[in-house]
Amino acid sequence: MLDTPTTRKPYVTGMDSRRSAGMLALGAHTILTMVFLYAPIVVLVAFSFTRDSFGVRWTGFTLDWYRRLLADQRLLGAALNTLYVALTSTIVSTIIGTMTALAMERYRFRGRTGFDALLYLPIVIPEIVMALALLAFFAFSFGILELLSGLRLQMGLGTVTIAHIAFTISFVVVVVRASLKGFDMRLEEAAQDLGANEWQTFRHITLPLILPGIIGGALLAFTLSLDDFIITFFTTGPGTSLLPVEVYGQVKRAITPKINAISTLMLLVSITLVFLSQFIQRRR
Amino acid sequence: MALETLTSEPRESRVAALLRRSERFRLGLLLFPGLFWLLLFFALPLVVVVLYSFATPGPTGRVEWHFTLANYGTLFTESLYVNAYLRSIWAGVLTTLICLLAGYPLALYIVRRPPRWRTVLLFLILIPFWTNFLVRTYAWMIILSNNGIINSIIQALGLPRVALYPSEGAVLIGLIYGNLPFMVLPIFASLDRFDFTLLEAAADLGADQTRAFLRVMLPLTMPGIAAGSVLVFIPTVGQFVVSDLLGGAKVDYLGNLLQRLFTRSNPPNWPLGSAMAIVFMAVLTVAILLYFRITTEQDR
Repeated sequence: MLDTPTTRKPYVTGMDSRRSAGMLALGAHTILTMVFLYAPIVVLVAFSFTRDSFGVRWTGFTLDWYRRLLADQRLLGAALNTLYVALTSTIVSTIIGTMTALAMERYRFRGRTGFDALLYLPIVIPEIVMALALLAFFAFSFGILELLSGLRLQMGLGTVTIAHIAFTISFVVVVVRASLKGFDMRLEEAAQDLGANEWQTFRHITLPLILPGIIGGALLAFTLSLDDFIITFFTTGPGTSLLPVEVYGQVKRAITPKINAISTLMLLVSITLVFLSQFIQRRR
Repeated sequence: MALETLTSEPRESRVAALLRRSERFRLGLLLFPGLFWLLLFFALPLVVVVLYSFATPGPTGRVEWHFTLANYGTLFTESLYVNAYLRSIWAGVLTTLICLLAGYPLALYIVRRPPRWRTVLLFLILIPFWTNFLVRTYAWMIILSNNGIINSIIQALGLPRVALYPSEGAVLIGLIYGNLPFMVLPIFASLDRFDFTLLEAAADLGADQTRAFLRVMLPLTMPGIAAGSVLVFIPTVGQFVVSDLLGGAKVDYLGNLLQRLFTRSNPPNWPLGSAMAIVFMAVLTVAILLYFRITTEQDR
């Protein structure tokens, strides 16, 4: 997502005392803000190991809650559904997003500005509006379909996957376009001068060079899909359950150490994914 | 001239046309899936919401297709809805303001660190940005709960317990917590492009620190502030998870009403919910345009 810039300004060293007092205050502020950002995460993780059955106090160490998690068929089923949706939607939105990014960076065409706006809209629109619009759309079109053909469709994993693809495409496009910006077109020309056809050029020159961008986009899409609650909440039918929706339902009832445990695992997955994406982008 | 056109142009144009056609074909092929998906599953759903907003809610929650403006009328006359809009916008403004006050110095500090530290600090800001919003909100329930950490500290000091959650204060904390990274990242990006020797130039010309900040640094980093504010404001106004969990669903924010009208209330009222969403989008658009106008005017 964020690269450390390649050009750096010389670091100013000779500061007068007043300015370094200012830096000290800024440093203190930064430490406090970091505590604010990380204290809840630390507390959550710690309290997934507490013996306290309310999960809000430290009364000794136990792994019991994780053991119970593994026995909870409902949660495991929801986790599998979430994984299935995230994988499917990531594959589709990465392919579509990469194609769109290539079209937007390589070609000038009529309606390009309009399409550009359409691409950014899913990122800036309030998520709840997109979620309720998808719900209304599925209900509406399923209603028409039933009227016309008698076919009765229901919301479920299919509708969630479609919705996740719709909201992650734009993020993939942004990341892949960024990697296409610094692309040296002469490399492609050279390949074609040497007799490579279009597909060979793409397969052996373009694709390897923009691959870090594509993987970065895919990881972002995967994380967004895995963590998404609002759109998932609106587009899953009554029968199916995904992890964030399941967790939300349980959290609304009470705090339990079991939820602390599943939350900790969800955090662990997200943090692993950030590290992975940063690692891939740094290697570029 | 005439001879030239006769001999060379037809062949050239045929080749050019063929090339152009294959180029256009390739563009179409690349463009089609994305365009198709976004039109069908993003643009069209928004059109459906507009349609619903003019429909009549039936007694059992089924929508009846009689045109009406009554849904919009309800929004502007019933205090439940008017208050929800006002409360959400107020929460959005307050959260944006506090995130700005906390985020700007944070971004400034990170920019002024040596490269190695910058990477680490930036990464620390990035992690919450990638982790589950629901889980991070839930973490505050644990901290603020009646037997939680803060109350334990209060009791250890010999003071009586405080009901910290559910409350509107808890909602505000949750909103700030969830959105702070969205403010820091764009401000960091604009501070990173800022030339800090300009401050020395201002000082040499006799400006004190406050003046140099207000007249040089602030205007030049305004694009980052504007971007960060919009990124915080939009999700804050539309949220329902934080007020549901940390506010105990006692006070209605815009998002809570939307969620209830569409999924929970008995019977659901999609036409009214749709009208509410349309007005919400209109308010947001106006607010953001106004904000950008103000911030760019200050720039001049």
